Amino acid sequence: MNSGQLFNLVTIGYFSAMVLFIGYLATRSSVIATLATVLAYLGFAIQTVAIGLRWYETYQVPGGAGYAPLSNLYESVVFFSWTILLIYLLIDLKYKQRSVGAFVLPFAFLAMTWAQLRLDSTISPLVPALQSNWLTYHVITCFLGYAAFAVACGVSIMYLIKIGKENKSSDAPAGGLVGIMPSAKILDDLNYKAIMIGFPLLSLGIITGAAWANYAWGTYWSWDPKETWSLIVWFIYAAFLHARITRGWAGRKAAILSIVGFAATIFCYLGVNLLLAGLHSYGA
Amino acid sequence: MRAKQRGFLNSAWDFFCSLKLTIFSLIALAVTSIIGTVIQQNLSRQEYLRVFSEKTYRTLDQLQFFDMYHSWWFIGLLVLFCINLICCSIKRFPRVWRMVHNPMLVPSEQVLKTFSNVDEQLVAGEIKGLTQRMQGFLGNQFSAPQVTEQDGSVYLYAEKSKYARFGVYITHLSILIIFLGAIIGNVYGFKGFVNIPEGGETNKIWLRNSQASLPLDFTLRCEDFSVSFYGNSQRPKEYRSVLTVIDQGQTMIDHRPTIVNDPLSYKGLTFYQSSYGAAGDEVVSIKVKLRGEDKVDAFSLQRGQMVDLPNGDRLRLADFTPTFRNFGPAARIDVLPHSGEARAVTVFKNFPDFDNERGGAYIFTMINFDQRYYTGLQVTKDPGVWVVWLGCALMVIGCLVAFFMSHRRLWVVLSGQDGKVGVRLVGSAHRNQPAFELYFDELKNKFREELSDS
Ligand code: HEM
Repeated sequence: MNSGQLFNLVTIGYFSAMVLFIGYLATRSSVIATLATVLAYLGFAIQTVAIGLRWYETYQVPGGAGYAPLSNLYESVVFFSWTILLIYLLIDLKYKQRSVGAFVLPFAFLAMTWAQLRLDSTISPLVPALQSNWLTYHVITCFLGYAAFAVACGVSIMYLIKIGKENKSSDAPAGGLVGIMPSAKILDDLNYKAIMIGFPLLSLGIITGAAWANYAWGTYWSWDPKETWSLIVWFIYAAFLHARITRGWAGRKAAILSIVGFAATIFCYLGVNLLLAGLHSYGA
Repeated sequence: MRAKQRGFLNSAWDFFCSLKLTIFSLIALAVTSIIGTVIQQNLSRQEYLRVFSEKTYRTLDQLQFFDMYHSWWFIGLLVLFCINLICCSIKRFPRVWRMVHNPMLVPSEQVLKTFSNVDEQLVAGEIKGLTQRMQGFLGNQFSAPQVTEQDGSVYLYAEKSKYARFGVYITHLSILIIFLGAIIGNVYGFKGFVNIPEGGETNKIWLRNSQASLPLDFTLRCEDFSVSFYGNSQRPKEYRSVLTVIDQGQTMIDHRPTIVNDPLSYKGLTFYQSSYGAAGDEVVSIKVKLRGEDKVDAFSLQRGQMVDLPNGDRLRLADFTPTFRNFGPAARIDVLPHSGEARAVTVFKNFPDFDNERGGAYIFTMINFDQRYYTGLQVTKDPGVWVVWLGCALMVIGCLVAFFMSHRRLWVVLSGQDGKVGVRLVGSAHRNQPAFELYFDELKNKFREELSDS
């Protein structure tokens, strides 16, 4: 059994959980919701083991000195989906809003599918620039932040659907898909809670990145596209935080800012590497 | 006129204090920052003209899009952002300070009505005794209260995490501190680089932005440079310079290995391993043996160098390459006999028997070759960097306090009502209301229990 096979299993697990969560929206069966949640936990547990196994494998390749498996695009995408589950399960433990799963699991599933089907999973030892503990701190904090934003984005989409439907059929209580969702107030609160977790983590991610750059190159900030995009993301979520406490900006506009913020996050993570030039090496 | 002026000043002040301006400037900064990630910054004119027409180039240049993070309008936005931050804090901070240092010990009826977490019990007994009970109750359940008596009523006030109110201000201050650190670095620091050949030394460096050199008041020597690879692959494993610092004739740092991610610091300057290159030709060591004889001669040659062999023939290193196709290091040697025609011979380091098998009069083998490198070091001095780190630490702490701590306040008000005592419990939290409501509901039950067995 190698880590690649386990990751395939994880992908299947997340796929099934996602389908069941969507089934839950349609059927409102609490059995299905429980099953979906159990599968999500199971997938997360297997993924945790698989990441550990890959870590072990980095020591086994010829000439490999071993490294935390966070150093190339494949490893980072896998880690991203792991962090999405981590943040989602934490929020599930606390708030038990099962319908949220249908809007968050797709992100984790898509990430795993992409990693398993399209990305190069070769283990190659680290080039000098990446041989630093800062890499580990930087990647972990950034991706935990990104994952919280993914959850917030899913919740914001739910929020927009919810208030869209409620405005249309103003007095009759919304049924079906929308009826099972938490109230707009709870969704708004969840959105904020997720960003409340994500924002300090993103700040830490930017700071550890700056500290690393300073340690490796002697400049903590050089306006390279990746750095700049992470700052753009940070600006957007700072705007979100202030929008919530400003009259006229709360609710809908805040939800839209959260979605725009996640789009910018994804661009920062992937778009910059695939489309723009810069120092960060995941793209290659 | 006066009033009008004041009216204008007031609205300007309100403008600079408004949160709408904050959202505007944050979004404006986010949107404009994109420009510099799409247009590569600080290239030369020729490089831009390869992408843009002359006219577009001129327009973009006028808008300072080619160095936009230092353009007047981007800096202007940052300044606006800071002014907004400062004004907003000046406006709000005193109120928060007062709230923390002069708590509302005796809230008016009106204020009490604004809080949604309330419970009221009517119990038999004396105010004095009940006050003591409630004092104990709050002390046990929450925190020790302050007791105030006014107009026959008794007010108990208890609070927790009052400093949580400063979290937001710490966060905002941290941003200004980071800016300050960046300014200090820009004014008093510099960035430069220096190349030192192996065995060489320097006491000056080159500045990045000005082509000028800067003398050092010490000497930096590069003892050795090496690059290593993983196995037989081309994937680099380590770039390593061994550096020595000599200050006023004294060796201050001796043979310090300096690698990427492990710079060397001395006297406020930091030297980072950043590049390397070949310094001059390789030196190739060749062994020469005359077929049938035992004697072997060895020579170290650079490209083009000629040596005499004992029998009067001569040989010259015509060419050398560290990688000849897949065969590794290879050298071409010209043999120039004292009579007759010159002949060219190729030798490979990885195939020592190759020349022997050719069966010529001489047998050549390449023992080794040595490449002399220079190491390229990035040099920086940034006295502002610790200010920046201080700001970063404050930002994280401030965010955590702002998000995860909440100033919680409880009042118990006892007042006589028709021979009985009305006991009111009122609570408020400055954030995370849902969690506080849960807490308050539990407290309410204990509060009722406490009063029921009196
Ligand atoms: C022009 C700049 C800014 C101004 C004028 C401003 C103003 C404010 C104000 C008035 C509040 C509400 C304080 C309260 O609840 O009493 C606030 C909250 C906050 N600000 Fe800012 N702010 C600015 C920039 C930033 C930035 C760049 C950050 C990023 C770290 C930030 C982080 C926060 C946080 C974390 C909160 C708490 C939000 C919440 O309670 O949900 N602020 N800001």
